[in-house]
Amino acid sequence: MKGEEKTLSEVAIVGVGCVGFRPVTPELSYKELMFEAAVKAYEDAGGINPREDIDVFVTCAEDYLEGFSIFDEFVPDQLGAALRPLFTVSGDGMLGLATAYMLIKTGQFDTVVVEAHSKASDILTYMDIVQFGLDPIFNRPLGGHPYYIAGLEMTRYLYETGTTEEQCAQVVVKNKRNAILNPYAAYGANITLDQVMRSEKLFHPLKKLEISVPADGCIVMVLASEKVAEKLTDKPVWVKGVGWCTETPSLETRDWTRAVYTRLAAEMAYKEAKITNPWRDIDFAEIHDLFAYKELQHMEALKLCDYGEAGKLLEEGLTGLDGELPVNPSGGLLGMGYGLEASGLQKVLEVVLQLRGEAGARQIDNAEVGLAHTWRGIPTATGAVAILSNVK
Amino acid sequence: MSVKIKHFPGEEIETKDFREGKVLFESFRPKARYAWSAGIAISRFLEELKNGRIIASTCSKCGRIMVPPRIYCEKCFKPTDGWTYVKDTGVINTFSVSYIASDASRLKEPIVVAVIELDGASPGMGIVHLLGEYGDWRQLKIGMRVQAVWKPPEERVGAITDIKYFKPVKE
Repeated sequence: MKGEEKTLSEVAIVGVGCVGFRPVTPELSYKELMFEAAVKAYEDAGGINPREDIDVFVTCAEDYLEGFSIFDEFVPDQLGAALRPLFTVSGDGMLGLATAYMLIKTGQFDTVVVEAHSKASDILTYMDIVQFGLDPIFNRPLGGHPYYIAGLEMTRYLYETGTTEEQCAQVVVKNKRNAILNPYAAYGANITLDQVMRSEKLFHPLKKLEISVPADGCIVMVLASEKVAEKLTDKPVWVKGVGWCTETPSLETRDWTRAVYTRLAAEMAYKEAKITNPWRDIDFAEIHDLFAYKELQHMEALKLCDYGEAGKLLEEGLTGLDGELPVNPSGGLLGMGYGLEASGLQKVLEVVLQLRGEAGARQIDNAEVGLAHTWRGIPTATGAVAILSNVK
Repeated sequence: MSVKIKHFPGEEIETKDFREGKVLFESFRPKARYAWSAGIAISRFLEELKNGRIIASTCSKCGRIMVPPRIYCEKCFKPTDGWTYVKDTGVINTFSVSYIASDASRLKEPIVVAVIELDGASPGMGIVHLLGEYGDWRQLKIGMRVQAVWKPPEERVGAITDIKYFKPVKE
């Protein structure tokens, strides 16, 4: 169209549904788990009928975590997506969210569903699957448990930034305590710094209690364009910006200190969301904490503070539930349980609930802008960031 | 490849070069084991196979009787609301004669796989299973009536193989 610039629609999350997270779910198949989460999400989105009201379905799954190939094919029935447009993003749920966001931005689609889940308890050899992700020539033949990669990174991170082991351990105390207030959390607990510090060192300097434990669960979200969103809900949560990035897979040459993938993903999201001073502009953050030190390292990569400062902010209580910028009010993955490819949506879920004022006993007052961050775990260097707000 | 080129540049490699380690590669066998929770619908289905029966779930909205059973009707996107037994007889929807195994080795006896629409289930629904006691497979026809041949009760474990195969029966 001559001389006419088409304005792209804003995109909102209009419905969320979550089942779990629990250590095991032997009573339900993964399909039944997904059905339950989908029903909740569609009810939450104003009681929509997925057979008619949804344009595209996106499911996020990695075949090796499911135990069969071409996972897309096993998905449609339980999401209400039979004979409808559907595909799988083989990655974290937040990459699915970013895909849904872009689909709506094209103007071609008004409503997109995103699904991600974890049936970790169905995987009998989970660590062998993680191990299978290592380079087959250079790294896999060395043997050992793949989480030594976290030990390598934590060692370098502490060395470069001056962050202490106690500060890392404090993350566990905070997150597990927050999780007690979260009905979706599997591993809430009231534990002491001393308990974390004295827990077994599994991958020096990383301790047992600093490692998130997998859990089962499923999250479904409905995203909609501006014109549809405002019809469906009076509490839309707007996606203000998304970003994602992958660093080199090479353990030999990657940056071991600064989580560069997160820094670049954040810059991409901040630019779009017009965030210039993250600490000031963001009210709270959900940050990937598969390992306790990762919360601190990622805070720095997200420009919430300088390198080496995150541990001090935590010690001063600034990232606690009543702090200036609460981090992982949900309890994080340390408290909720590690939802594998669903971890990104675990983060987004908490941000949505907080921004709608539905976070119960862990509600943060007057929150307007929240950050959700994810990482694809060992051995990846892939991260994604979403900035969400209840103000359009 | 062009017939005009008589000599290709480079070095030829032969099987023995692999054997002698002149060509390097890394091999690895992944250790990937899973135990899928059968869940509500499939657990019931497998339990009933053990009893020598085939069970379906039903949707009161569209009225379908669905095998294999599920807890949701994918057509209406509603929870299913009933259970009912269907017969272990039905008709062949389609079939194929498979002569080789998944590693392409020739099977001694070819297997015949069929999609069977079960009596009592909604049209187009039923079970995928093997056919047996059919004589010459060339006698098999779409629409032919078949019946399940079950393993003896003491050998059933709650698996699809509790049915040995389906055999043709007289109209």
